[in-house]
Amino acid sequence: MIRATRLLVVLALSSALLAGCSKSGVESVQNGYRGTGMATLYDKDRVAAQYAASQLPAVSPAAPGEGPTAGQIYQNVKVLDDLSAAEFARVMLSITEWVVPKDAPPEQAACNYCHSANLADDSKYQKVVARKMLQMTRDINSKWQTHVASTGVTCYTCHRGNAVPAYAWFKDPGPGHQSGIIATRAGQNTPSLAAGLTSLPYDPFTPFLLNDEPIRVEGKSIGGDANRSSIKQAEWTYSLMVHMSESLGVNCAYCHNTRAWSDWSQSTPQRVTAWHGIRMARELNNQYMVPLTETFPANRLGVTGDVAKVNCSTCHQGVYKPMFGASLAKDYPELRGRKATPAATPPVAAVP
Amino acid sequence: MSLLSFERKYRIRGGTLLGGDLFDFWVGPFYVGFFGVTTALFSMVGIAMILYGAAIGPTWNLWQINIAPPDLSYGLQLAPLRQGGLWQVITFCAVGAFSSWALREVEICRKLGMGYHVPIAFSTAILAYVTLEVIRPVLMGGWGHAFPYGIFSHLDWVSNVGYQYLHFHYNPAHIIAVCFFFTTVLSLALHGSLVLAAINPKKGQVVKGAEHENTFFRDFIGYSVGTLGIHRLGFLLAVNAGVWSAICIVISGPLWTRSWADWYGWWLNMPVWN
Repeated sequence: MIRATRLLVVLALSSALLAGCSKSGVESVQNGYRGTGMATLYDKDRVAAQYAASQLPAVSPAAPGEGPTAGQIYQNVKVLDDLSAAEFARVMLSITEWVVPKDAPPEQAACNYCHSANLADDSKYQKVVARKMLQMTRDINSKWQTHVASTGVTCYTCHRGNAVPAYAWFKDPGPGHQSGIIATRAGQNTPSLAAGLTSLPYDPFTPFLLNDEPIRVEGKSIGGDANRSSIKQAEWTYSLMVHMSESLGVNCAYCHNTRAWSDWSQSTPQRVTAWHGIRMARELNNQYMVPLTETFPANRLGVTGDVAKVNCSTCHQGVYKPMFGASLAKDYPELRGRKATPAATPPVAAVP
Repeated sequence: MSLLSFERKYRIRGGTLLGGDLFDFWVGPFYVGFFGVTTALFSMVGIAMILYGAAIGPTWNLWQINIAPPDLSYGLQLAPLRQGGLWQVITFCAVGAFSSWALREVEICRKLGMGYHVPIAFSTAILAYVTLEVIRPVLMGGWGHAFPYGIFSHLDWVSNVGYQYLHFHYNPAHIIAVCFFFTTVLSLALHGSLVLAAINPKKGQVVKGAEHENTFFRDFIGYSVGTLGIHRLGFLLAVNAGVWSAICIVISGPLWTRSWADWYGWWLNMPVWN
């Protein structure tokens, strides 16, 4: 009896340790020459759940682009002033669907989330933020095709129905000053989600996605030119790379042949996209998020008073391509950048 | 070759598993047996295939010769020789040769009327190899998950497969396996140094015996495991090293696809502090 109970306890404990393991199997994708071990592994259950959560919202009917522009019709339109009134209205309604919480109280519901009674008024901070974000979306789609390709992004890529994207980052002040022999632990040895629960530095974002610290730590040759990078520096880089892997649901061999991390000729094409992605996140943070710091109320800021910022998770949310590569932006030309200055509007055929 | 004085007692007829008297003979000091013959055959074919693979490959540089398994797209099918088929033949020969050698050890144990400790210990090394090259690829549905045959290339495979799980050092079974490997070499070093010290006395002194060795370790750490015990301990440590290394790789992929650091979520999620 006691023996059977003991056996049960052992079985229960061992099955608890296997919790989270794959139940319906593993899908693997080869990323390099055969036998190099460059393969990405996907847990089918996990991918199925992510896929179910990555469905695009319904696309609203396309709006005609003719007629006077929103800039001509409405007051205080600074970003979408090139759109027709119909296109402008379509974007406004879509933002409402993509970003405004469905359960918002009446004074914040739908249009009220950003607008006061006078729609042109900028008194609500949400409206100022939304304007900056629209500008950012158009910039990403028109200037950062090295990263987003022709898939593009919309508000929904990050927001997914939330007013604040679920995956934004703030500066992590860490556990505070330590004393004794662990006084200088360089941000290490606290279980941090940013570093994938490893002992690596817990805030890889501030140095690399806000500041422009060198990510590359590998020397270019053996001996020869002195490589001044330290192992401690390498661990910051590893922390960022762990974040990238976890954000995309992939492993290191998705981009790198780990026998020579820095060698582009041995890396996969995805590494080029990722390289541009790092620069994109850095630029978005500095050009769009940081300038909004004063705009946000204190309760939207981080513990150090910094604004919410972008990292790889913000869009990717655990998937190698956000929304598994499905493009919502292709149906929203309004968000793909400023319209080319239209040629003279052709005369409208007279209706008999 | 001359017969050593104590060698006569090894030359005992019978105890074979297969082949009866047919292969029950010695070549010089070496017992052959049915499994000695299969070992030789598998080895020769396997080595010939390795040489063929090297010959059709781009280099004769010993470090860089590489005979890789098929692409994952072949799944568990046979591949053309130049696209991984050679690797499949070599793997088949290797498993045949290693298993034959273990069974030949069994026959020798039976001849000598001793336990099967040696073939069991060797079998754990075979288990680790078969787990890497057969069991795990089969569980993951593709020979392409196995390691290639080549000095540098198999090291590159180890690196990439480790990084498939972001941090392989967080793999709990890998931690246990590494502890067993290190403890194995530590105990072998202690044992070897003790034996060498005992049988190489200072000039003018006699060779030291078991009680002397026991006394040294009782003085040193308060306990001596003994002359028989150290071999039992070594067996336990070495066999565990092999078995746990097989476990640590077979759970990586078939059971766990993510960062091994993520696995420790169960600790952070414990109801005590969550």
